[in-house]
Amino acid sequence: MTDTDWQPSEIELGRRRWRRAQTRRSVLVSVASTLVFAGVLAWAVLGSPGWAKVAQMFLDPQIALASLPRILEGLWLNIQVLVFAAIGVAVVAITLATMRTLRGPVFFPLRALAAGYTDLFRGMPLIIVLYLVGFGIPGLGFFPRVPVAVWGTIALVLVYSAYVAEVFRAGIEAVHPSQRLAARSLGLSHAQTMRRVVLPQAVRKVTPALMNDFVAMQKDVGLISVLGAVDAVRAAQIETAHYFNFTPYVVAGLLFVLLALPTIRLTDWVTARMRRREQIGSIV
Amino acid sequence: MSDSPVLEMQGVRRAYGERVVLAGVDLEVRKHEVVALIGPSGSGKSTLLRTVNLLEPIDDGVIRLAGRDISDPRVDADAVRARIGAVFQHYNLFPHLSVLDNVTLAARLVHRMPRADAERRGLELLATIGLGEFASAFPDRLSGGQQQRVAIVRAIASEPELLLLDEVTSALDPELVGEVLALVRSLAEGGTTILMATHEMAFARDVADRVVFLDGGGIVEQGPAREFFAAPREARTREFLARVLP
Repeated sequence: MTDTDWQPSEIELGRRRWRRAQTRRSVLVSVASTLVFAGVLAWAVLGSPGWAKVAQMFLDPQIALASLPRILEGLWLNIQVLVFAAIGVAVVAITLATMRTLRGPVFFPLRALAAGYTDLFRGMPLIIVLYLVGFGIPGLGFFPRVPVAVWGTIALVLVYSAYVAEVFRAGIEAVHPSQRLAARSLGLSHAQTMRRVVLPQAVRKVTPALMNDFVAMQKDVGLISVLGAVDAVRAAQIETAHYFNFTPYVVAGLLFVLLALPTIRLTDWVTARMRRREQIGSIV
Repeated sequence: MSDSPVLEMQGVRRAYGERVVLAGVDLEVRKHEVVALIGPSGSGKSTLLRTVNLLEPIDDGVIRLAGRDISDPRVDADAVRARIGAVFQHYNLFPHLSVLDNVTLAARLVHRMPRADAERRGLELLATIGLGEFASAFPDRLSGGQQQRVAIVRAIASEPELLLLDEVTSALDPELVGEVLALVRSLAEGGTTILMATHEMAFARDVADRVVFLDGGGIVEQGPAREFFAAPREARTREFLARVLP
């Protein structure tokens, strides 16, 4: 089947020359337009009357360097909170989504509870949940020595589980009913069908959406600072007050971006790979 | 018990609102018998098959499997389905599981067979249909005909008492139909009890012991396959056969 004798015809060679010329031309156009755009932007920002003052207040390299160790220390707390919250969200959200798919009158309370939960925590702003959990529960006095970061983690799990549960539910509903039919006709129970057939396919379908929620959570871990936990944001706030300069905030912001970038790229890659796979023509 | 039919349906009725899909069907399938259900689209063939493995509730009548009433709501439907194999038009293989895992899933989960035993048997079955080399591949690597043959093997892996086939070749390209029909024929010759809805008249004539013509939710006529096609008694049957036979 390999035709080693094949040489592109004169017509094909001509088409290729033309395509190469087109590519060269579009590269030149995009380089030129980028340069012009960057030039206009720089001229507008650097030429503005307050630029010197703003650069000094927000972009001081020495202060950035000096505040970096403390902010990094704070970021480590954010990462710990993120890891525990992500695990918590995965467990709670799958449980909620599964509860909503249960049938039969016995399970009505569970279904209603799950529905009420997602309504409540999707509606309530994260910062209010943080205040209620972070200041309210310790106020009961049952758990006197629990660090505030733990309450922050719990608040994040409460709110994000509600979103992620809906994503899982959408995935469960996107699995074609014929898959369930095939599993049940083999004698698998409802629970076995969910665990072995429906959930694995549902999770694959919603992976990009889940990763997107993870990216959102990566920066929302910074909100635990409102409870007084010394995370990257809180550390930046302290440094800002110390130097009378906003540069530490910029440093903290850039660190959060760096933290999120790998996940963002990974999400793009996974999404693209899934699209390619689907275009090859998989069934169901 | 031993002489009772594998499947016995009496006065089975199913309606969707005003539309009556099964209007009191009586049907028997005996052990080792191959019964072909034929009839126009919407005549109730698929619904009938779905009622048998309890994927579709019935509004009246009785269904017995090996003499036991399975239409009783107190019956464990999962246990009944585990005794009946079913193959669908669109194969419905599990796309996230390998071909071998598709075949062994029920054995491992429902019949609690150890993984090693289930896989040995699964590989044997795949080898008999010439797909042993695809055991660890995923279903989307296979052609439609190969997928459907895997689906049939998946259905017979746990040695069901009755095999239901719902138009297993209608979604296939014409050149892939033969390999699937050959597999069904070899199962029939091996003594598997089969109830199949089909559009393949020549196949029904050659392989089925008995042909049942369903129209408007009821059985119009049934008889031994050769007699049925050679001398249909009812006018409606003749009309249908004239339309589908070349």
